[in-house]
Amino acid sequence: MSAPETAMRRVTAINNGTVIDHVPAGKALVVLKMLGLDGNMATPVSMVMNVPSQKIGGKDIIKVEDRELTQNELDRLALIAPQASVAIIRAYQVAEKRVINLGEEVVNVVHCTYANCATLGDREPLPHRMKVVSVDPLNLRCHYCARPQDIDELVANLL
Amino acid sequence: MSSLITMDDLSNDDILDVLDAAERLLPVAKGKTHLPLLQGKILGNLFFEPSTRTRMSFETAMKRLGGEVVNLGAVASSSVVKGETLYDTIRMVDGYADIIALRHPRQGAAQYAADAAEVPIANGGDGAGHHPTQTMLDLFTIKQAHGTLEGLRVVLAGDLRYGRTVHSLAHALVRFNCELVFASPNSLRMPAEIIADLEGHGATIIESDDLVNHIDDADVIYMTRIQKERFPDEDEYRKVAGSFTLSAANLDSAKEGMIVMHPLPRVDEITPDVDKTRHARYFEQAFNGVVTRMALLCRMLGIEVPSNIGGEA
Repeated sequence: MSAPETAMRRVTAINNGTVIDHVPAGKALVVLKMLGLDGNMATPVSMVMNVPSQKIGGKDIIKVEDRELTQNELDRLALIAPQASVAIIRAYQVAEKRVINLGEEVVNVVHCTYANCATLGDREPLPHRMKVVSVDPLNLRCHYCARPQDIDELVANLL
Repeated sequence: MSSLITMDDLSNDDILDVLDAAERLLPVAKGKTHLPLLQGKILGNLFFEPSTRTRMSFETAMKRLGGEVVNLGAVASSSVVKGETLYDTIRMVDGYADIIALRHPRQGAAQYAADAAEVPIANGGDGAGHHPTQTMLDLFTIKQAHGTLEGLRVVLAGDLRYGRTVHSLAHALVRFNCELVFASPNSLRMPAEIIADLEGHGATIIESDDLVNHIDDADVIYMTRIQKERFPDEDEYRKVAGSFTLSAANLDSAKEGMIVMHPLPRVDEITPDVDKTRHARYFEQAFNGVVTRMALLCRMLGIEVPSNIGGEA
């Protein structure tokens, strides 16, 4: 049995829901936070961390039962796990594979980390826009103030 | 019709076109020729921060060309204190004016306004961000003195860390293959990311904590004000500020055509005896804000500046 197969067996298959694979090792807890899965939800969530991966060395895996991730949630995920693969499961089968693609701009996912950015006011109505300068390493700049964003800090600024 | 948010909105050819148009507009800027190119147009002046030169020169530029100006006035007496968003203020003035000049304490405000407005936005300074109309008048002043922007040796001196003026200017000069000397106290050096960016564009840069040794080779010395509040105590400030002061005696062996510039207001960094030397250009530089903004207003409003205006500059 290969290493990835062993990893997959650590948690059981789910009936309906979402499987997020290839999350960078150690980032699963942050992903859960980003997706608003904070333990107060009725949905069962399984997670394995730091299992070997041929693709990215080490990885985390998350299985969320009875919930299908939306495209907006995938965009959020791309900020810390751009290489993650997402499968929507229905009746124990992979019904859909969703690709994470940051595109050229991340709109209304996070707000700028710069304390003096024009977008700071709570009531300013224009969308929060981050230009994707590069994906690997992830490098984002605010469309308005053009400041480069610290990704760890940015994750705390989810909308 | 496009906004001017950063110098990246202008190509090198665009810059030279605007500077040429500004040169042609000199007799109009000095009131020697009447040329109402912008008659019937209204500039909305939105200055959310104090400004003397930028606000007044935008206003003068518009009026010299026959246009009108409406002012936001003091922020304290405007709807901003009632909690109006920048978006709403811009949308309102968008309906009153054909073009908006904006200064705002927040970085990115000019881009934000440009996204909100139908009319073009001229960025008159946004926080620590950009101030492209200042850069254009600086380039005009340099080109007027040297006949070119290409390959000059320019010393930027004083507070290079916080001054948005020197950041924008450095970027523009590199596009014209200028050699840059950054002379500043250690604590006020040009930010590393800006130097990296400039070097990425092939710039030759010398950093120094000494101004005097770089005077003789310079074509331009661009002085900036070192602010007292950047230092922990008065003694430290005096010690540092003293070594970034220009006096007439420092200029004895400067090149004949070397010019001294300053965005003003100055405090002690250029002694008054420099004013009378052939090198002093800071008052012309302040005047050039009018003629450069005239050319920029025409460009942004899609009005061609005639190639032959007549009158003496």
